[in-house]
Amino acid sequence: MSADAHTSQPAGTEEYQPVFTEQMLEQLQEILARYPTKQAALLPALWLVQRARGWISDRNMAEVAEVLGLTPAYVKGVVTFYTMYHQHPVGKHFVQVCTTSPCNICGAEAVVQALLAATGAKELGATSPDGKWTVIEVECLGACGFATPILVDDDFIESVTPDSVPEIVRKYK
Amino acid sequence: MGYPHKPHPRETVLLSRYFGEADARTYKGWVKRGGYAALEQARAMEPARVIDIVKESGLRGRGGAGFPTGLKWSFMPKEKKKPHYLCVNADESEPGTFKDREIMRWTPHALLEGTAIAAHAIQAEVAYIYIRGEFTEPLAIMEKALADARSAGVFGDLKIHLHRGAGAYICGEETALMNSIEGKRGNPRIKPPFPAASGVFGMPTTINNVETLAAVPPILTKGAAWYKGLSLSSPKSTGTKLFSVCGHVQQPGNYEVTLGFPLKDLLYELCGGMRPGRTLKACIPGGSSVPILDRAETESCLLDYEGVVERGSMLGSGGVIVFDDSADMVYQIMRLARFYAHESCAQCTQCREGTAWTTKILERILAGQGKPADLDLLLDLSENMTGKTICVLSDSCAAPVVSGIKKFRSEFEDYLTGRRKPVMVA
Repeated sequence: MSADAHTSQPAGTEEYQPVFTEQMLEQLQEILARYPTKQAALLPALWLVQRARGWISDRNMAEVAEVLGLTPAYVKGVVTFYTMYHQHPVGKHFVQVCTTSPCNICGAEAVVQALLAATGAKELGATSPDGKWTVIEVECLGACGFATPILVDDDFIESVTPDSVPEIVRKYK
Repeated sequence: MGYPHKPHPRETVLLSRYFGEADARTYKGWVKRGGYAALEQARAMEPARVIDIVKESGLRGRGGAGFPTGLKWSFMPKEKKKPHYLCVNADESEPGTFKDREIMRWTPHALLEGTAIAAHAIQAEVAYIYIRGEFTEPLAIMEKALADARSAGVFGDLKIHLHRGAGAYICGEETALMNSIEGKRGNPRIKPPFPAASGVFGMPTTINNVETLAAVPPILTKGAAWYKGLSLSSPKSTGTKLFSVCGHVQQPGNYEVTLGFPLKDLLYELCGGMRPGRTLKACIPGGSSVPILDRAETESCLLDYEGVVERGSMLGSGGVIVFDDSADMVYQIMRLARFYAHESCAQCTQCREGTAWTTKILERILAGQGKPADLDLLLDLSENMTGKTICVLSDSCAAPVVSGIKKFRSEFEDYLTGRRKPVMVA
């Protein structure tokens, strides 16, 4: 099944809207100037796509490949290597909870449970029925002394406890 | 430790002095505090002289390996035939380590200044600072600082670019990081060739950790002899180091001490010791990739490159993970193995299969379905995961397993014999 089956732009029925037009193309040109090869702009270009579209579809990967002179298969190989690129649509708010050992001993698993309960996302990786929340467990977020850290979209929140979860979730509603 | 940083009297604050002062983040604020004077000083010198000063200071890499910084710089070709690059490793992802994050959040110009000095020393015209994708706040602060310093013209012809990672621990490995900058999967490369001969884009490259570079400006302004004098035990370990302490201590956080400082004093005095009624069981002193120390080893360990090796572990990145008597070591070692299994780039069989099977066997033990031979099997697996792969991720998975079984064998046996109830479902 193509990843496009999950989106509002099903393959073949709607015309593909390119990501890299006008302003986005300008941004890409600026990025290209930083590197001696076009290929090196791949990670930043994928970030631009994800910011614009929320996730990176096969069609998006094909577009990036064309713009940078790569093959779609190569781009997919890179996208699948890095865990932060979404290959499927996710909730409006994407929550990453650290549960690696240092956070685990400080109660990260209870934070995960509290987040699932407060957001209505039934299980890790699933999106809540209202489409607003996806919660995932991640390995080390690099803030072990401020357990438990979570990322809500681009907001890094430290020292989260099960008690502070409802208030955090309310803020993003 | 809260912010603004109120250092403990026994700390030596060189890198963390301005942590918590928002004004120090700004270009003007940094200049007011004497910032960018070291860069000016370096620019007036021959590159080789800068390298000599850093060599004399004894500064060693703070990312984990502890390689002498000046010596590393001196490996770059003296005669410039190709473009030279500097890579800055800000992919801080080692469980237990969160020091580079604080340097970037509070003193971004310290890193930029150190970067520009290093670039001058190795004659690089471009520097890439590779920041892990999850560090959204440090990235934003670095972007602002870079734009301000650039428009003030402090970097001359040097171009500094930020490159955001996208979630891969392995990109902290130097050659994987270079592949990632090149727009490739973050697979480590076989060495040789070493980066000084063929690094990013196949060109001579030096790669340094954030904390290493942040230490360079004070070495220039105060002198190599002064830095070398900062040493409490081994003369081979000089300067100050940030230790990120986490886990079961009363006051986790970053603490900066002179190398050679007793680990016991760091934990019991600076970090306020264990929680009430709890006692220390184990400690991982240098990030999750180094062997676990038991209580006696922890309490007699000196924090420098040689002192930690004497106790059977490594100083690594200075990420100190503390476990008290409430910790289930089998479960925690499984969590660490799971981390490495998740982060293996899967190039080498020993690592791809070894990290996954280590995790599965530990999970089986925790589910009460372990077999009597499982501990020997884990040790045998670990043996085959050590020293046999392109990079050391596989070795890093084996380190906590081998040291854990050696030092906490009875906890494993309790699961195997049914004395302890399963905590996982098979």
